[in-house]
Amino acid sequence: METFSVYVPKLAPKYEGLVPGHRFCIGCGEALAVRLASKALGRDTVITCATGCLEICTSGFPQTSWNVPWIHTLFENVGAVASGVESGLKAQMRKGKIPEKKINSVGMAGDGGTSDIGLQALSGALERGHDFLYLCFDNEAYMNTGVQRSSATPYGASTTTSPAGKVSIGQKTWKKNLPDIVAAHNIPYVATACPSYPFDLMEKVKKGAETEGPAYVHIFSPCPTGWRYPVDLTVRIGRLAVESGVFPLYEVEDGSYKLNFDFPKLRPVRDYLKAQGRFRHLSDDEIQNIQQRVEKEYKKLKVRCQET
Amino acid sequence: MSNGSLGWRDIKPGAVVTEPGSAAAYKTGDWRSLRPIWDHTRCVKCGMCELFCPEGCVFQNDEGYFEADLSYCKGCGICARECWTGAITMVEEEE
Ligand SMILES: Cc1ncc(C[n+]2csc(CCOP(=O)(O)OP(=O)(O)O)c2C)c(N)n1
Ligand code: SF4
Ligand code: SF4
Ligand code: SF4
Ligand SMILES: [Mg+2]
Repeated sequence: METFSVYVPKLAPKYEGLVPGHRFCIGCGEALAVRLASKALGRDTVITCATGCLEICTSGFPQTSWNVPWIHTLFENVGAVASGVESGLKAQMRKGKIPEKKINSVGMAGDGGTSDIGLQALSGALERGHDFLYLCFDNEAYMNTGVQRSSATPYGASTTTSPAGKVSIGQKTWKKNLPDIVAAHNIPYVATACPSYPFDLMEKVKKGAETEGPAYVHIFSPCPTGWRYPVDLTVRIGRLAVESGVFPLYEVEDGSYKLNFDFPKLRPVRDYLKAQGRFRHLSDDEIQNIQQRVEKEYKKLKVRCQET
Repeated sequence: MSNGSLGWRDIKPGAVVTEPGSAAAYKTGDWRSLRPIWDHTRCVKCGMCELFCPEGCVFQNDEGYFEADLSYCKGCGICARECWTGAITMVEEEE
């Protein structure tokens, strides 16, 4: 757990890129994650945003919750539009139309918009080497349209399109490892983050924005509505995911892996699972199955940290 | 919504919104059924309640203590849950 020997007013930027009055659900982890990220990005930022809770809750026409230029684009093409923003800014600076300075081009999307629908555009933008940052806010399903499973939904979770019942345990597939897929593009910076560790999150977003070339931060975003847990537990749930090894926090810098929070002994995944309605139906055997998978993946990650 | 009489002629090409942060005019405080109450005798002014608020509606008053702007606070209780000195309690909103 992050130590509390801190003094936030001095340590965190006062600046807010996202203003109150947004329409995220009560206790939304994505709202918290986005708010923290916007603090780290600062004013010199242009955001490209896919459809999803993030877009719907911050852009109720004719108003905007954003203090920075923000473009809503299609589900499929955040990577492409964020590439265009970066190239456009570069061209305007070269022609002397705007002053020469660092302006962050930042793509933002949910897990559906990133790991399913926008993956091709993202992969293209990473491969072309654009100087931009991509933030995926992963709430592990298509939440905005009513909790449909995505490829980022974890094994065993009940969603409206992977309902648990007599013949099904819910989601039958294991969560797609998107940070790994992104890292396979050999870009300079990849990281995972969680708003329960706010300073770590802000540091990574800042680092990603400052990186020359493509950078990617995958942000775990607990969702009380879709995961079915009491609204005041958002930060707790995120912490349990990290402490149990379900969502490890790490960075990949120029191919070299580093675990930011290593726990000598992981918390049982049961603690994380049993706090949420979407996993409530899981039998002891299934929980044991998930426990083994988490330990195996965690070990793989640690080996990579040693080898790279 | 703030402007009920907005017609298509009033909309800028590309549906561009030119006023930053204009959604602040939309007060989300009436979503709330619980209200956070700060006991300042237990507060060490660490600011974690401010940092963890998803609404960004906790602010530091002139004496350096923290409180919520109730016109936006949705009453999630995250601030109360995360305050490690137990300075914040959630009480039923009465109206
Ligand atoms: C091409 C396309 N298909 C479907 C939709 C409908 N749609 C809008 S938001 C959304 C869910 C978004 O899920 P995710 O990207 O995970 O973001 P979240 O809402 O969970 O934050 C869907 C399916 C759409 N807008 N465009
Ligand atoms: S559905 Fe989930 S992610 Fe979307 S606004 Fe509600 S709590 Fe946040
Ligand atoms: S978290 Fe608690 S102790 Fe810290 S500033 Fe807020 S109320 Fe005070
Ligand atoms: S109850 Fe929730 S919305 Fe209200 S001040 Fe606390 S953290 Fe913010
Ligand atoms: Mg999602």
